[in-house]
Amino acid sequence: MANRPMLEVVALEKRFGTTTVLKKIDLKVSQGELVFVIGPSGSGKSTMLRCCNRLEEPTSGDIIVNGRNIMAGTRRDLDRMRLQIGMVFQGFHLYPHMSVLKNVTLAQRKALKRSKAEADARAMDMLEQVGLAHKADAYPGELSGGQQQRVAIARSLALDPKVMLFDEPTSALDPELVGSVLKVMKDLKSKGMTMVVVSHEMGFARETADRVIFMDGGVVVEEGTPDELFGNPKADRTRAFLSRVSG
Amino acid sequence: MDRFLETFLNPVVMAQYTPDIIAGIWVTLQIAAAVIVAGILAGLALACLRSYGVKTLNFFIICYADIFRALPPLVVILILYFGFPSIGIQLSGPMVLFLVLAATLAAFAEEIFWAGFSSVEKGQWEAGIATGLGFTRTLTYVALPQAVRLAIPPLVNRVLAITKMTALGSAIGVSEILSSATTAQSFSGSATPLTMSVAAYLVIFLPMVVFARWLESRTAWKKR
Ligand SMILES: Nc1ncnc2c1ncn2[C@@H]1O[C@H](COP(=O)(O)OP(=O)(O)OP(=O)(O)O)[C@@H](O)[C@H]1O
Ligand SMILES: [Mg+2]
Repeated sequence: MANRPMLEVVALEKRFGTTTVLKKIDLKVSQGELVFVIGPSGSGKSTMLRCCNRLEEPTSGDIIVNGRNIMAGTRRDLDRMRLQIGMVFQGFHLYPHMSVLKNVTLAQRKALKRSKAEADARAMDMLEQVGLAHKADAYPGELSGGQQQRVAIARSLALDPKVMLFDEPTSALDPELVGSVLKVMKDLKSKGMTMVVVSHEMGFARETADRVIFMDGGVVVEEGTPDELFGNPKADRTRAFLSRVSG
Repeated sequence: MDRFLETFLNPVVMAQYTPDIIAGIWVTLQIAAAVIVAGILAGLALACLRSYGVKTLNFFIICYADIFRALPPLVVILILYFGFPSIGIQLSGPMVLFLVLAATLAAFAEEIFWAGFSSVEKGQWEAGIATGLGFTRTLTYVALPQAVRLAIPPLVNRVLAITKMTALGSAIGVSEILSSATTAQSFSGSATPLTMSVAAYLVIFLPMVVFARWLESRTAWKKR
């Protein structure tokens, strides 16, 4: 059961005009696994994540989530599948005109069609999990970046996703706020969430990741356990990248 | 001084024509209200449609908005009122006034709401789409409230400018404030009814201006 792939990326290709940004990417993420993605700027990390819920339309390839291909089916099916794929953005993107509670209940009510009572209860549980139940009535503008990102995580979690995608979740945060968000992500991992994390927090990767993937120029150059990849990188490009980010 | 009062503030004339001016106020208010509601709703609907990004549809929406923002409303009013009967379309004066002003307001409102939509961050859309809301519900619950809030100050100013144009009704015999006043003026030979029309316009529009000022002062996100 533990090896059942929860997210499968098959021969994913993405072109913007004439430039090919992703070249036949393959990736399998097992249930409960945390895959950490690193790579230089422009290597296609964000594009790959965004193709996983078709925020970016893949040029070709398949994305299989929990056994179902999100490239097949209608628009409706796609919106239903997106509920199973949580996404956390670098810039949080909370809805500024809604309270924290409303942010977390909106999609529960309008997409999952939960009752108000049910959605509120679920939202409060999730806010509790990220340590922000006391901010339920605040507005996003009144929160720190770290708090906003935790609300954004709660907003995704409230929809009971099968996979969570994180695109540089801590890159927009002041250094002293990074820890609170990473802690929430660690908790999630320990609860068995399947996660793909694009980030520069190598310490977090060493501690939490099951597998690290190094991307460059739209291909997966190398992958392995954190120890293998950080301690004994095989490819020159990986070595060069790692010495640049650590040095 | 006496001569001034006699001309502009003659009490006898005032008493005589007050009912006419009040009737004019009523007509102005009704047409203005209808223009505001129809113009804003139509403009909002057009801006929402435009956000779906259907190329041919957007071409027509943009043409419409540009044409009606370019044309002086009086010209359109005269064409509809005096020209259309000869092609078999007979519209009453108030109807012509309403249609033209509402269409003009809709054109401006569409552009204002569209500017609002355009300044909603792309990330807001992505957050909505990624949480399974789809385009329409993201439009409705995420983008629209933010766009409307951004649109309010310029919209209020435009609404003011266009509702004042109800005075153009005097060119086609709609008995709104100004035409009631000019009719009274020619019957009485006194300028007093015009003074009364000034007072009537101030009674209607000054509160709207104050309201606009108040709205503009609250640009921050509302907290409950
Ligand atoms: N909408 C777009 N149109 C055209 N090119 C794009 C678009 N989005 C991304 N690209 C290009 O695709 C390539 C990969 O971009 P992507 O954002 O996936 O990189 P990344 O690995 O996430 O980089 P970073 O670490 O800077 O976030 C870049 O060369 C970028 O310029
Ligand atoms: Mg990126």
